[in-house]
Amino acid sequence: MIPGVEPAEETAAEESHIVANADVVKARQTVRAYAQRARLSLVDQTKLVTAASELARNTLTYGGGGTMRVSVVTRGTRTGVKVAFHDEGPGIPDLDLALTDGWSSGKGMGLGLSGARRLADEFDLVSQAGKGTHVVVVKWAR
Amino acid sequence: MTDRVPILKIGDILLVSIQVDLEDQMVLDLQDDLSRRIVETEARGVVIDISALEIVDSFVGRMLATIAAISRVLGAETVVVGMRPAVAMTLVELGLSLGGVRTALNLEQGIGALRRARNQGPVSR
Amino acid sequence: MAHDESDKLVGLLTDGQDDFTATWIRIVTSTLAGRLTAAEIQQDLTEMYQALLTALRDGGLHTRGEAYGEVRSLLTELSRNRARQGFTPTETAVSLFSLKEVLEPALSSPEDVSAYLQFSRVLDDLGLYTVEVHAKTREEIISAQAEQLLELSTPVVKLWDGIVGVPLVGTLDSARTQVVMEKLLQSLLDQNATHAIVDITGVPSVDTQVAQHLLKTVVAARMMGAECTISGIRPQIAQTIVALGIEFGDITTKATLADALRHALRRIEQNRETAQIGGLL
Repeated sequence: MIPGVEPAEETAAEESHIVANADVVKARQTVRAYAQRARLSLVDQTKLVTAASELARNTLTYGGGGTMRVSVVTRGTRTGVKVAFHDEGPGIPDLDLALTDGWSSGKGMGLGLSGARRLADEFDLVSQAGKGTHVVVVKWAR
Repeated sequence: MTDRVPILKIGDILLVSIQVDLEDQMVLDLQDDLSRRIVETEARGVVIDISALEIVDSFVGRMLATIAAISRVLGAETVVVGMRPAVAMTLVELGLSLGGVRTALNLEQGIGALRRARNQGPVSR
Repeated sequence: MAHDESDKLVGLLTDGQDDFTATWIRIVTSTLAGRLTAAEIQQDLTEMYQALLTALRDGGLHTRGEAYGEVRSLLTELSRNRARQGFTPTETAVSLFSLKEVLEPALSSPEDVSAYLQFSRVLDDLGLYTVEVHAKTREEIISAQAEQLLELSTPVVKLWDGIVGVPLVGTLDSARTQVVMEKLLQSLLDQNATHAIVDITGVPSVDTQVAQHLLKTVVAARMMGAECTISGIRPQIAQTIVALGIEFGDITTKATLADALRHALRRIEQNRETAQIGGLL
């Protein structure tokens, strides 16, 4: 059993819509609850919730709203939390550029995507121009 | 419709204590309210207490930097107090260093920092 | 298909229960040679035998089935305990395998033999299970120890009123940096300390990654409203830092802990003076 090769197994999941500013706050609270459930340390909880906050705002601002799916995942002996954001907005035309620090097309500091990637243990982004964006972050308990 | 963050006046200091998880609109409202109050009250210092905040993301981080810059233009120094350790570690990882924003461990030291700022002039960071 | 055989097996094991258990206990006791008391072994094995019998009766030969839940949980406990007591996985598995040895003399008919072969497969399966549990238990012990070591190796000490320090010893990786950072930042709050000193005298080498970790700690402390000084930079390390082109920016660095402490005390004194002139309120 090589960790990283084995697929992660989901044990609990919850889906919610992100269509208004208040949903970003709710998304943070949901992710926090799951992070506590997966016994992430306080610092890791904070990192994951912050990453989720950035991504939820992106989904709302650039994706024109979408959904968030939070789940507890296990792989071997490790437990973690996976948060996936999905929107059907315009997509990201230049991924490399969007992942560059300081680059922003909106009202943030341009740290949203690149920051979320640094805060998470695993980061996966699929985006197609005109079709939407799907971002997944995972944080493992130590 | 959304709540507003209260701004308290003590002498020539304005005190903002953020007690709830901030919605983006509240952040923008606070920026407006605070600029107006600084002018109205001729405040010389602003203390923003974030000890109750469990997270500070790039949006709130930018707000803190902007408020510090705006108040400086209006003749007041801003100090952000009470940042939690987990929040500080997350901000560093996020790539945000809040350069240009004065910080202190707690309210008491924050007011001390404002006094020093007044006697020394702006400190560059 | 295996119904007859497992019935046969259950019959065989039920008839000879007392004899078999006694022999089994004797064999296991002799292999483990006094490292476990006879009473402990007797209790473990009697329970195990009973559970095995019940499982065979209800669930036949499917060791991964529900009927074997009780057997598996007994084995888990047994294997965990043995792992903690320092027995090898082989010793634990052999305890189980020796039941085969016990049964051999009692085989009289060809049906017995074929039932025995089935049972032997069951025991092999369960034996492997104990090895798995053993490995898992060792892993848990190792990670628990790693965590303890992490806690042990990073004491945050109060050096003066308003000054805390961390003497770092050993290599800095990102897991350790996170623990050090967390402890240091928390102690700033707890001690109401405006100055922190990170002493790296005990850090064998500084590369770009270590420097990066140190920088993050300093920046985080600063964001909370404290000043952070790095001390204990030995001559070779200073040379490496320059050679690697690592920029410490406006971070205060000192050669010794004493220098850093002197610097912090001076800063505290300055701050007190300037804060006393005039008054904002």
